[in-house]
Amino acid sequence: MTTILGVPTAALFGQLLLGLINGSFYAILSLGLAVIFGLLNIINFTHGAQYMMGAFVAWMLLNWAGLGYWWALLIAPIAVGITGVILERNLISQLASNDKIRSLLFVISAILTFLLCYVGIGWSEGTSLAAALLVGAVFGAVWAHVARERISTAEGHVDHLYGLLLTFGLALIIQGLFRNAYGSSGLPYQIPRELTGGQNFGFMFMPNYRGWVVVASLVVCLATWFVIEKTRLGAYLRAATENPTLTQAFGINVPRLVTITYGFGVGLAALAGVLAAPIYSVNPNMGADLIIVVFAVVVIGGMGSILGSIVTGFGLGLIEGLTKVFYPEASSTVIFIIMAIVLLIKPAGLFGRAA
Amino acid sequence: MADGAVAASDVGATEFALRERRDTGALHRAIFIGLAGLLLVAPFLAYPVFLMKVLCFALFALAFNLLLGYGGLLSFGHAAYFGMASYVSAYTAKHWGMTPELAILLGVAVAALLGTAFGALAIRRQGIYFAMITLALAQMVYFFSLQTPRFTGGEDGIQAVPRGKLFGLLSLADDRILYYVVAAIFFGGLLLIYRIIHSPFGQVCKAIRDNEPRAISLGYRANQYKLAVFVLSASLAGLAGATKAIVFQLASLTDVHWTMSGEVVLMTLVGGMGTVFGPIAGALVIVAMQNYLAHLGAWVTIIQGVIFVVCVLVFREGIVGVIAKRVKQPL
Amino acid sequence: MKLKSLLVACAIAALSAGAAQAQVSVKIGVLNDRSGLYADISGEGSVIAARMAAEDFKAKEKGINVEIVSADHQNKPDVGSNIARQWYDNEGVDVIMDVPTSSVALAVNQITKDKNKIFINSGAASSDLTGPQCTPNTVHWTYDTVMLANGTGGAMVKAGGDTWFFLTADYAFGHALERDTTAVVVKNGGKVLGSVKTPFPGQDFSSFLLQAQASKAKVIGLANAGGDTINSIKQAGEFGITQAGQKLAGLLVFSSDVKALGLQTAQGLVLTESFYWDLNDQTREFSKRFAARNNGKMPTMVQAGVYAGLLHYLKAVEATKSKDTATIMAKMKEMPTDDPLFGKGTIRVDGRKMHDAYLFEVKKPSESKGEWDLYKLISTIPAEQAFRPLDQGNCPLVKKS
Repeated sequence: MTTILGVPTAALFGQLLLGLINGSFYAILSLGLAVIFGLLNIINFTHGAQYMMGAFVAWMLLNWAGLGYWWALLIAPIAVGITGVILERNLISQLASNDKIRSLLFVISAILTFLLCYVGIGWSEGTSLAAALLVGAVFGAVWAHVARERISTAEGHVDHLYGLLLTFGLALIIQGLFRNAYGSSGLPYQIPRELTGGQNFGFMFMPNYRGWVVVASLVVCLATWFVIEKTRLGAYLRAATENPTLTQAFGINVPRLVTITYGFGVGLAALAGVLAAPIYSVNPNMGADLIIVVFAVVVIGGMGSILGSIVTGFGLGLIEGLTKVFYPEASSTVIFIIMAIVLLIKPAGLFGRAA
Repeated sequence: MADGAVAASDVGATEFALRERRDTGALHRAIFIGLAGLLLVAPFLAYPVFLMKVLCFALFALAFNLLLGYGGLLSFGHAAYFGMASYVSAYTAKHWGMTPELAILLGVAVAALLGTAFGALAIRRQGIYFAMITLALAQMVYFFSLQTPRFTGGEDGIQAVPRGKLFGLLSLADDRILYYVVAAIFFGGLLLIYRIIHSPFGQVCKAIRDNEPRAISLGYRANQYKLAVFVLSASLAGLAGATKAIVFQLASLTDVHWTMSGEVVLMTLVGGMGTVFGPIAGALVIVAMQNYLAHLGAWVTIIQGVIFVVCVLVFREGIVGVIAKRVKQPL
Repeated sequence: MKLKSLLVACAIAALSAGAAQAQVSVKIGVLNDRSGLYADISGEGSVIAARMAAEDFKAKEKGINVEIVSADHQNKPDVGSNIARQWYDNEGVDVIMDVPTSSVALAVNQITKDKNKIFINSGAASSDLTGPQCTPNTVHWTYDTVMLANGTGGAMVKAGGDTWFFLTADYAFGHALERDTTAVVVKNGGKVLGSVKTPFPGQDFSSFLLQAQASKAKVIGLANAGGDTINSIKQAGEFGITQAGQKLAGLLVFSSDVKALGLQTAQGLVLTESFYWDLNDQTREFSKRFAARNNGKMPTMVQAGVYAGLLHYLKAVEATKSKDTATIMAKMKEMPTDDPLFGKGTIRVDGRKMHDAYLFEVKKPSESKGEWDLYKLISTIPAEQAFRPLDQGNCPLVKKS
């Protein structure tokens, strides 16, 4: 058997393939972050929590509604995306607003509703959270309608560091609620029947499900790239990224575009969560540590670059896979080391434009 | 793209600082004296170990605020300096038998070195990029700590660190005595930070924070100033961490984890970033909350999250910032 | 007749008056993880177990006033030691119980010794508590790494699994588990073919599992815990490793982990515990009462250990009519233990509680008769074989005697 550095080539090939699978998750997650960052200019710290929510929604659909994996693949991103839209409308977009009442109204009504449902009626954390978000959204919308004359949302990127802090706080809340509701040891979720089993390639046993993950994530990534780079909607989006005021002047509803984009980015995170549910443990902390790695991926790729995030996501998955063969102890740090090197040579990241 | 300047400028109180300078000096002196008095009597009113925890975190938040409020740089990786210094001081005190003051000094030195290396890497970018880079670098430190159990004790941490004798003479085993040592360290740190902020160096830092191109055009080497304030902040964070290790006789992974970096941001935010005394108030509120709500378990995290959200949305000045606005004096 | 009943009444009155004179108040602090990884194995359930112990002992009637407080140490040694200090210094806590997570347990162990109080550990795995770090103030009740290694490691080798490959979580606990199990495997005539250190905490174990597969070892030892164990078992099933004939040995798996995996994924997994709710009539009776108060969840061995430990402590308090640390500890170690959950046993001079351990195999879904019907018993490991011999632990207390 031929060997490279003492490792059989066949085994090496198997490990590369596995690296590609991990890279798929990095790619979808960093793509979502990049899309959001491009238009909103915030680093979405809630991304890990939303990835976790995707997995949990899949579990809930199965156990409460009897809907299996394929339905979850469709419904979970939409459901989590809607929560994202509510949060964006009422909190994130309000960071730049001169009217603090909407966000305050949203927070207070949501907390009160939550307490009423959770303590008063005795619903579970998840249901109470959903009810709280809905009631908060209604109050927020009503206020926005009542006071529409007085509100001026300053355009552009006011205080994007506050965006980071805001989403960090939201992540704490969401993770805390799920931990309260479901403990930390995780929930079972099986691989869908159609995708059990695997192919024996001779050099390794490749589970069908892993193959599906790679294909699905490639399709999602390329489709997103296509929409943003080649369609009219994507053109609006890129225009709004470059100059929101001018784009607004051309009659495009930029705030709505921003909201949709955030919802979409969050939906991508939830999709990754559903893809992960059958192979990784479904627990409230599943996104918390992953997200830091994904941040590093985004920094290496160049923040906001769509193509950069996809390529680096897959690429770093491969590099991590190789590290696991040659020096497993370093496999959790290798991405950060690469990040430091890239920053020394190209501070804007591999695909980023210099600021 | 307005990439740099943190919003601290809308919190900062530069405008009225000029107007009422003399009164401000007197007011600050009064606050310092009041604070010193409070520190002296506090251990007779409250549990000294709790107070020491507050003081360590207050110093940590003050150090962090030096960088954020006066350097305009949001670091999301300050746990690295805090935690690494606490490991170094715990290790040297336990295994090399160092006296506490030497152990703490060594911890500070290591934090300063680490701050120089990371700072040099990170200050090349600004704003959100800077935050991400510091976060990722701190995560490297975390994994390093996790994987070198011979030095850090892995997830057990370094336990049973001797409190030792100050200068080899004064035993610190008694909580009250140790408290006064910690209070002295805290007060020294606070005075140092106050001096830095009001020195010509501090003025240049604020100028860079508010408008970097202008400062550069005036001939200031912005990057050198930023690096200097970064290293100062890291060293003071190290001082807090090293002291904490001696107080609690323990250095653990908690101190280097990214949630610690988040916690110090929260303390500064609640207290009022860009204010001199804000971080102290913030640390007191957050540590007290963690202490007295401990029986609520995961709800503490949720409450912290809610405080984060509310502060960012409607309460950006923080506690001391609001008071400062009321009395029309920078605090 | 009348006279007799009068006499009896007098006797009872006299007794209860005596008891009333000897009124003792003890304060028990249940310190554990109420929000994190170990919240399901300890958490609120341990507090319920402690309350049940006080009630079942009829402490009030016996003139012992038991107050129970609880707190969350979040699996952080600094938080845990802080609470312990405050409890001992300020709130008059006499005994701290439970404390899962070895790092926190070792910290509390140290503080308890400094403050001369009592620490009855149920939740932590580190055998150092009764080894190099043993103190006269600590009792380690439920299990430790040596027991896990002896149970799972020894039994697997005897069952023919004589070649091993370890997936070791790259931190001190993982290393300790690998070291202890390796010793047992070698002692029983097995061979360790290799091991791989996996980053902790990890998500993806597939590449390590492939390395384990390539080693052709009969048994893959999982020297990890919590989420790492769940992920590696899940992925071993996915990569067809168990179907291909290699066996998985979970070195630290709790019944709550098995619940999380589901029987479909976990079936066939071999593991060691010192308590299971369905062992005998007494455990079943207790567990039913417990589940009724704990949202229908059966007790874990850690929660059972809290119950049994507190029961034994209260017996010692009753016998000595005191709560002086040295007196109670001497009594607890001198008096044999006897409780419905762990049966008869003893506490050794190094603080180790001796009782039998059990080797279980996770049932197939088809064999399970109910939600909580998870294990079948393979063998019982007598206490002397389950735990480390007294003279091999390097406990300073043993050397002296």
